[in-house]
Amino acid sequence: MDTATQPAGLIRPLSRSVLPVLVVVALVAAGAFSFAVAGSINIPIVIVVGGVVNLALTYVVSRRAEGHRRAVDRTATSVITTLMVAALVPLLSVLWTALSRGTARFDLELFTETMRSVVGEGGGAKHAIIGTAIITGLASLMAVPIGTFTGIYLVEYSRGGRLARVTTSMVDVMTGIPSIVAGLFAYALFSLIQGPGARSGFAGSVALALLMTPIVVRSTQEMLRLVPNELREASYALGVPKWRTITKVVIPTAVAGLLTGVSLSIARVIGETAPLLVAAGLAQDTNLNPFSGRMTSLPVMSYYGYAAPGFPPEADYERGWSAALLLIVLVLVIFTVSRILARVLRPKGLR
Amino acid sequence: MMSETAQGTEENVMTIDDAKAPTGDHGITARDLDIYYGDFLAVRKVNMAIEPRSITALIGPSGCGKSTFLRSLNRMHEVIPRARVDGTVLLDGEDIYGPGVDPVVIRRKIGMVFQRPNPFPTMSIAENVLAGMRLNAKRLSRSAADDIVEKSLRGANLWDEVKNRLDQPGSGLSGGQQQRLCIARAIAVEPEVLLMDEPCSALDPISTMAVESLMLELKSDYTIVIVTHNMQQAARVSDRTAFFNIDGTGQPGYVVEMDATEKIFSNPSQQATSDYVTGRFG
Repeated sequence: MDTATQPAGLIRPLSRSVLPVLVVVALVAAGAFSFAVAGSINIPIVIVVGGVVNLALTYVVSRRAEGHRRAVDRTATSVITTLMVAALVPLLSVLWTALSRGTARFDLELFTETMRSVVGEGGGAKHAIIGTAIITGLASLMAVPIGTFTGIYLVEYSRGGRLARVTTSMVDVMTGIPSIVAGLFAYALFSLIQGPGARSGFAGSVALALLMTPIVVRSTQEMLRLVPNELREASYALGVPKWRTITKVVIPTAVAGLLTGVSLSIARVIGETAPLLVAAGLAQDTNLNPFSGRMTSLPVMSYYGYAAPGFPPEADYERGWSAALLLIVLVLVIFTVSRILARVLRPKGLR
Repeated sequence: MMSETAQGTEENVMTIDDAKAPTGDHGITARDLDIYYGDFLAVRKVNMAIEPRSITALIGPSGCGKSTFLRSLNRMHEVIPRARVDGTVLLDGEDIYGPGVDPVVIRRKIGMVFQRPNPFPTMSIAENVLAGMRLNAKRLSRSAADDIVEKSLRGANLWDEVKNRLDQPGSGLSGGQQQRLCIARAIAVEPEVLLMDEPCSALDPISTMAVESLMLELKSDYTIVIVTHNMQQAARVSDRTAFFNIDGTGQPGYVVEMDATEKIFSNPSQQATSDYVTGRFG
């Protein structure tokens, strides 16, 4: 044991060449294991077994050379890094799949053509793009003001009364509502108003607004709570009334966070399929009137492309994937725009 | 209220006779002021006369209610949920807690500087100074606004340090500069009284000196009340000093005595005051 003879506090670190050697040893061992068990080199087995072997080897070697504390540190670092990478795998896999399969039909036609009178190849998602814009836009128009004002009430006005506590717990419950329930609610509501079987874009946006509102309330609450109370008091002490304090001090200070919250809630509902399937239905052509007739959105088009393909089915599969890719791009655009807006509007002092 | 006689020491409580209304303008008189947080009585039976155009220091151990009392003087206390007061506070002879009195109007007359510098992060230095007008949507011509900015920043001894970067964010200044910016913001609305809640406790000695000399200049125009934990500071700047004490945790704080600062620090009439200012407790 080298470490025992060394003076306290002095650690000789592992030389840089040791760790790669350990990786190679671990991979060879894992390869041999894979060959013995599966009869061939199975890459997932090699990665998992190799990783575990490498972890154990590193710990043992590091413990002998550097002592217990360094060995534990190396192990913890490896485990945390591995789990972080593991969390990225499905994300990258989804992105890659959407990219590799969605680009085939990601052409101009996708944006200019509808599915009217299209059975096989050709056609586009124009009607679904417009549908998604109308439905999500109307949902935001309803949910953002209601959600923001509810959040402002809860943080700035409620003073912890009964109404506030009931509202907060109802918001928590609403966050957990399965989206299909929201869809069924909107469908049932509009069946009562417009007659049985009525489906419309507006019904879809009511369902989405139901899902969006609690998210907006929550994020507004969180963001307003981040505004230091000292700023409110500074404003009150200047003889500024409460409502002006809120509109001129509190909201401008929190505006970046509020915008991020809104864009998160839009991203959350823009890909909703189930409630729109029920409440807005499927149409093959552009429908600009949200109050009458069915209206297709991108996720619904993507779903039907796979659930009920025409002939040849590949054309529908490709359009479905393109619609999915377009949805991802849309969410990215929304995030980028809100980030830029947040940067522009951010309090000047907090760089 | 029962506890008042129970833990009693009645002679420690100032009587109304001690609190004669000041003759000059912009003086404050508190009469039988009980201050509550919900049902909890935090400060009891304060009777105090604050002389106009002078500096009054409030000293005492932590938790004795100095800041709470200070905040009740411009109705900032009631900003806290369920906080309330019982009693009278007269500003120029008018009760600020009287029926129909708008707290917003009171706060425009009685400005406040806080323990931690709190410039508005969304505003520049100039906008911070003008915040009292801008936030109240008062229309100002460009030149009038410039005049107020310069006058207030000069008044706060900050003009020379920031005159070339008035459009920069206020939070880019040092702590001491930020605090003087907050003072400039408070005097820009031309209040009658300035309340300062431990304005130097977050500042270094040099910034503290700057704020103290500023206070000495300001007292010719404003009535200043300062809460401080620093007894040297109270001795250096104030004309009169009130000593607050508390008999124990959960008990209300009260005013032990109030007198000329020299007397409080050299020959106080109460033993508790003497013990506190000589550092025997607190």
